[in-house]
Amino acid sequence: MTPTIVLPVLIGGLYAAGVYLLLDRSLTRVLLGFLLLGNATNLLLLSTGGARGLAPILGYAEPDEMSDPLPQALILTAIVITFGITAFVLAMIHRSWRLSRQENVGTDEEDRRVAARSGTDADELDPDDLAPEDRPAGHADGLRGEPQAPSDDVELPRAGLR
Amino acid sequence: MTGVLAPLPVLLPLLGAAGTLLVGRHPAVQRALSVTVIVAVLGVSVALLVRADDLGATAVSVGGWPVPLGVVLVVDRLSALMLVVASAVALGVLLFAVGQGSADGSERTPLSVFHPTFLVLVAGVSNAFLAGDLFNLYVGFEILLMASYVLLTLGGTAPRIRGGITYVVVSLTSSLVFLAGIGLVYAATGTVNMAQLAVRLGELPEGTQLLLQSVLLIAFCIKAAVFPLSAWLPDSYPTAPAPVTAVFAGLLTKVGVYAIIRTQTLLFPGGALDGVLMWAALATMLIGILGAVAQTDIRRILSFTLVSHIGYMVFGISLGTTAGLAGAIFYVAHHIAIQTTLFLVAGLVERQGGSTAVDRLGGLAKASPVLAVLYFVPAMNLAGIPPFSGFIGKLGLLRAGVEVGTGPALVLVAGGVVTSLLTLLAVSRVWTRAFWRPRSQEPGADTADAAAADAGPDGPEPATVPAGRAADDGPTARQAARSAAWARHTEVATAAHPGAEAAEESATGTGGRPLPRVMVATTGAMVALTVALTGIAGPLYGLATRAAADLQERTSYLDAVLGDGERS
Repeated sequence: MTPTIVLPVLIGGLYAAGVYLLLDRSLTRVLLGFLLLGNATNLLLLSTGGARGLAPILGYAEPDEMSDPLPQALILTAIVITFGITAFVLAMIHRSWRLSRQENVGTDEEDRRVAARSGTDADELDPDDLAPEDRPAGHADGLRGEPQAPSDDVELPRAGLR
Repeated sequence: MTGVLAPLPVLLPLLGAAGTLLVGRHPAVQRALSVTVIVAVLGVSVALLVRADDLGATAVSVGGWPVPLGVVLVVDRLSALMLVVASAVALGVLLFAVGQGSADGSERTPLSVFHPTFLVLVAGVSNAFLAGDLFNLYVGFEILLMASYVLLTLGGTAPRIRGGITYVVVSLTSSLVFLAGIGLVYAATGTVNMAQLAVRLGELPEGTQLLLQSVLLIAFCIKAAVFPLSAWLPDSYPTAPAPVTAVFAGLLTKVGVYAIIRTQTLLFPGGALDGVLMWAALATMLIGILGAVAQTDIRRILSFTLVSHIGYMVFGISLGTTAGLAGAIFYVAHHIAIQTTLFLVAGLVERQGGSTAVDRLGGLAKASPVLAVLYFVPAMNLAGIPPFSGFIGKLGLLRAGVEVGTGPALVLVAGGVVTSLLTLLAVSRVWTRAFWRPRSQEPGADTADAAAADAGPDGPEPATVPAGRAADDGPTARQAARSAAWARHTEVATAAHPGAEAAEESATGTGGRPLPRVMVATTGAMVALTVALTGIAGPLYGLATRAAADLQERTSYLDAVLGDGERS
């Protein structure tokens, strides 16, 4: 068996490009990255079958001339699974676009809130005693005492958070 | 006998899923069908466990293909025990969901999707537990993940899509790592049958073994949420509906733990990466629980304790002794039940108090003493207070750690104790703030807040407000309206989702409703189950020890799959 350099280079290139795209915040790119990674993995599985050979059909080729059929079966299964998941992710991207007119990975607001909390353990204190910026999101007192503006003009108390 | 029974835990839920899809227009038939199926799976699992405990491991060649060629299902004590616990928990969650469905009105569209998807999830979990070859394990993982994607994004609200995307991308990555690992294993050994692998992997050079082991472990550690691969979990789980989060918390990570156990005992018994796993376990326990202490939302607190307590199981596995494994297996069984129960209770808290944010809750112990008991008992169990099974599991693990007695093991023992104490701190803070603290002074404003918070995780569901809280007197009502406007504003700012209507609706004073009886009864049954674990702790721990001994010896598993002649 003569080892080929083409497959490893191809697999490595696909993995690199796939990981790069997967790290993007745009979901379409994430999906493309996932597709590249899936194909890289399929090629990796293909290359585990060893040297190339004839189609593994009884009567068509002798067993020692056949290529290994198992990786091909595994790849077929993997392709089907990738296909189904791709369809689902596309649906999620579409839904995300419908909801927010953007297809980026959203920010975990609750996580941000916990991270941005001041050093003292705000959880132990009465929210009413806290400075407005330390109060939990949605605390109504953040609005009290302001001049009575029309409700649609209420300023976001924590506008700088995002 | 086992040959007939073994495929059923996979087959029945899949057929049931098809059936529930067919009768999707008749919710009552659908509910009855899925409950029947899960009950049947539970029965089969118990039968399998009894037989596996009597006769040892049994292998079933699906389709009658001889062993190295066909797909093998293997029932040994570990997989049968996991099946029993998983199906019992699935039954509890399903009944809870049925109760919730009939309380909310079953014409809601996601519910007709819920039952088939839930059954597919159960099929995937069973398949993963029964799989006798690596690729079948992969397929089991994919089945359960695919179902979990659908369940997590049920209803398609903005927070769920946001959390779901994180979850899907991370799961996809771990699946690809696993698949690449399978490819590498096949290239090195020429088989994916786990019993054959157990024989052949030992003959490989050490470097190759280490590489294969680490690839598989990385894939499984992502699924099991072992630190540093755990950040996805607290981000995505809390957004899902209560029953979904409960079943995820109970089952999905534990399938990962099960796969780690198989990898470390059956495939790579040398214990090459035990040291790494030990430090990972310590970091998982401590960082997870510190995360839980920092959170102020019950579901997020529970998600972080889930991550943290995965550390206990990995701790037991990494000790590499029978006692350690037995402790880990017992802890898995205990933790599946307890974590599911707590998430169900969180669902009830959300219905009763209108929120899961502890800042916005209060006086729950007075408003609903039953709910208080339902929270308190499993919370103490989770923290490891003596009579409960959490204490027994932790004690077993700590004793196993002390028996090993090396430096890292003792550090882990200390870490386990600290984690247990911090768990107590985290759950008792929820208790004091949400249950014991008197209710806030400003009913109107508080209600709108609660509703806004409720609209967060559970968009389309109308907010639940206890009767009489939304008192409609002058200034308070105006404040409530302003607060609702603020909530609407925030939603525009963060990512608009259809929750503002719910906030406004409750701000103008919708009446409350009592907790549905079925949901309370189911949660009560789950709590009773977790308490009963204490009662049967002796036999259960004995079973766990026998399962661990099987895992250490490996002969039972190998004989079952390969027969005596093919062990070359």
